[in-house]
Amino acid sequence: MKIAVDTAPFSPWEALGEYEREVVQPSFPGKYGAAATFVGTMRDFNDGDAVQGMTLEHYPGMTEKQLELIVAEAFEKWSLLDALLLHRVGALKPQEPIVLVAVWSAHRKDAFEACRFLMEALKSRAPFWKKEQLDTGHRWVEKNTEGY
Amino acid sequence: MIGWCDTVRKPICEDNGMTVKVKFFASLKEQMGCDGATVEIGEVATAADVWLQASGGKALPPNVLVAVNMEYTDQNQAVKSGDEVAFFPPVTGG
Repeated sequence: MKIAVDTAPFSPWEALGEYEREVVQPSFPGKYGAAATFVGTMRDFNDGDAVQGMTLEHYPGMTEKQLELIVAEAFEKWSLLDALLLHRVGALKPQEPIVLVAVWSAHRKDAFEACRFLMEALKSRAPFWKKEQLDTGHRWVEKNTEGY
Repeated sequence: MIGWCDTVRKPICEDNGMTVKVKFFASLKEQMGCDGATVEIGEVATAADVWLQASGGKALPPNVLVAVNMEYTDQNQAVKSGDEVAFFPPVTGG
């Protein structure tokens, strides 16, 4: 299991391939039959406005702690083999990936449901905040869109 | 801007050497004018008391979330010397 919060841009697809190849395959050879992933990417629009860029602030320490709690809950609720959770912070531009959630399990039900749970729990509990750069200045994103 | 960053606000009660570390984040940090401070607390104190001390008596905005030692709680949570008390707006990651 890996959780990381980083200012550096990342490719979720390369990170996913690398993690499966180097961690999941050697740890659970022949045991996983399902992997579910979610990738969140920055849009160039929000609430009817063009968005030029975004700054993602977080609470160092608490963010990691909450993400670990969320992942631990998922492992309690579903039969999972491994999980990977990566989240960007700092200055982002449109099209850059923000978040990757991936889970591996024997069967699809656990993978699908746990991946969805992890993403929704992250959005409501992990202390990250988005500040958008618009043509007219900056604004804080005040709430998330409904996930369900 | 409230110019009390990096200062220790004096409590109403006597100086007893008991302090908590306060942190603000995101829009609340901008409203408060700094990212936190150390405040003195009384023998018996809650997160709400810490907010009053840190904000100079402002009302706690209704949507503000409270964490003590990086765990979610509410303003009625008792705090002790050495705790880290954070106040921040609803989270918007992902």
